[in-house]
Amino acid sequence: MSFEVAGLGKAKADGPLKIAVPRGALFGETLDILDAAGVDTSEARGDSRSLIFETEGMTLVTMRPSDVPTYVEAGAADVGITGKDVLLEQSDRRVYELLDLGFGRCRMVLAGRKGDESLGESQRRLGMMRIATKYPRIAERHFEATGRQIELIEVKGSVELAPLIGLGDGIVDLVATGRTLEENDLEVREEILECTARFVANRVAHKLRAAEVDDLTAKLRAAIPK
Amino acid sequence: MLPEEMRELRRLNRALIEVFEDRGYGEVATPAIEYDEVLSRGDARAAAGAYRFFDESGDLLALRSDMTVPIARLAASRFAGVEPPLRLCYLASAYRAVRPQRGQMREFVQAGVELIGASAPDGTAEIIEVLEAALDAAGLERAVIGLGDADLYRQLLTEMGIEGEARDSILARLAAHDLVGLEAELSAVEGISDEQCATCVALSQLRGGSEVLARARELGGSAVERATARLQETYEALEARGAADRVQIDLGLLRDLGYYSGAILEVYDPALGHVLGGGGRYDGLLKRFGLDLPAAGFALYLERVHVAQMEESRRGREVK
Repeated sequence: MSFEVAGLGKAKADGPLKIAVPRGALFGETLDILDAAGVDTSEARGDSRSLIFETEGMTLVTMRPSDVPTYVEAGAADVGITGKDVLLEQSDRRVYELLDLGFGRCRMVLAGRKGDESLGESQRRLGMMRIATKYPRIAERHFEATGRQIELIEVKGSVELAPLIGLGDGIVDLVATGRTLEENDLEVREEILECTARFVANRVAHKLRAAEVDDLTAKLRAAIPK
Repeated sequence: MLPEEMRELRRLNRALIEVFEDRGYGEVATPAIEYDEVLSRGDARAAAGAYRFFDESGDLLALRSDMTVPIARLAASRFAGVEPPLRLCYLASAYRAVRPQRGQMREFVQAGVELIGASAPDGTAEIIEVLEAALDAAGLERAVIGLGDADLYRQLLTEMGIEGEARDSILARLAAHDLVGLEAELSAVEGISDEQCATCVALSQLRGGSEVLARARELGGSAVERATARLQETYEALEARGAADRVQIDLGLLRDLGYYSGAILEVYDPALGHVLGGGGRYDGLLKRFGLDLPAAGFALYLERVHVAQMEESRRGREVK
């Protein structure tokens, strides 16, 4: 399907369009798709320690993926790219979700130790499971929707560690290849949802910089890996 | 709030009220505490976010979450015999539940007007003109007003035969502007063609000058035809008043409040990433209070206007 590039709008914009670019796992493919959409990303690819890169007509601002919704909601960045997992975890941040970019595909899963029955046993004997996760809201929603009670244990770092040394019966985490789970003797018990990278926009920028946002949206749409 | 901020806010308040009064809008006040039943009658969904408590005789009370519903009640009970149109304005606190630690305030001040008894398109054009004057008075010459239609998607979905749960979740996706989710929801509905799905998504992206109305018509359908006709009329009424320049027609606009019908408004300023205010027509609201009159109004979030004012004046200094 095609998108029409809507009119020039009434934009009286300040300076170049600011795009929030996620560092980390999505960084490489984000720069690739921006390249394909005609944005010059060569500077951002260097090993510079800077966080902000000026290119023609656009400013790339690099940050943690989980900070993208914060910057975009506040309008500090006009548009941005981040994972659907981040958007779901921060669903109270009001940003416009314009495109599924298709890359960075991974699954949010419930995992437990291989051959270990503590998830089922806790559920049976305590009426609730203890779940360690970096995604408390996604986990909470999933168990609420499936009618089970859990004790949420929020951790910041390697969540695989938790069930191995007795913090929790299982984990809710993002899995790309499954290698980390494998190496830590964990296995997928339930699939919760699938995540990919998304293109998002600030509400006001979407209105006042309509032409620029639509132009970039159309170019990104054309550049989505099939 | 400390003296310096208070002085600035007071100046802003005065400037806004002066604009409203100059155009014949008389200031009114209503109590912050209302019977819950009154607020829910106006808008059940907005009332859900209200703070509620009991009085000494066990009646359920609520803090108002906007001024439109209390003024509808006031107009219906106190001005029932008065020759319309009624022009009222207010500057008052309202209260809404928030997510903590998000910089949102439970109590916020709204400045706005209600024009009761003047129908579309002229009544709509009048309040937009007042809104523009208010923005100028606040020093927000660059602010833009988005103009959309609250009935467009309700009618479009009816035309497509989408009812019930699917309808609610599609409207929610449209309101949140979650286009990925919108496409997924639409294509999950049986009997909806790829073309209809594409029309709905493309429609929500149309925003700009009057040329977008022609683009919308190309997408076809009688719901689109009716909505664009309403928007066209309003836009022409604005042009006749010389007030169309800062209005952006936006077919993707949807407001959260349930009582809107026909034209809806949102206010943006390039200096701020948040919406400054909004409004629209609510032709069916007063009937719920026993007075069947068309009405329209808008409210500006005073704190946000203040922030935008500061950013704009800072920018003004930098440009010089």
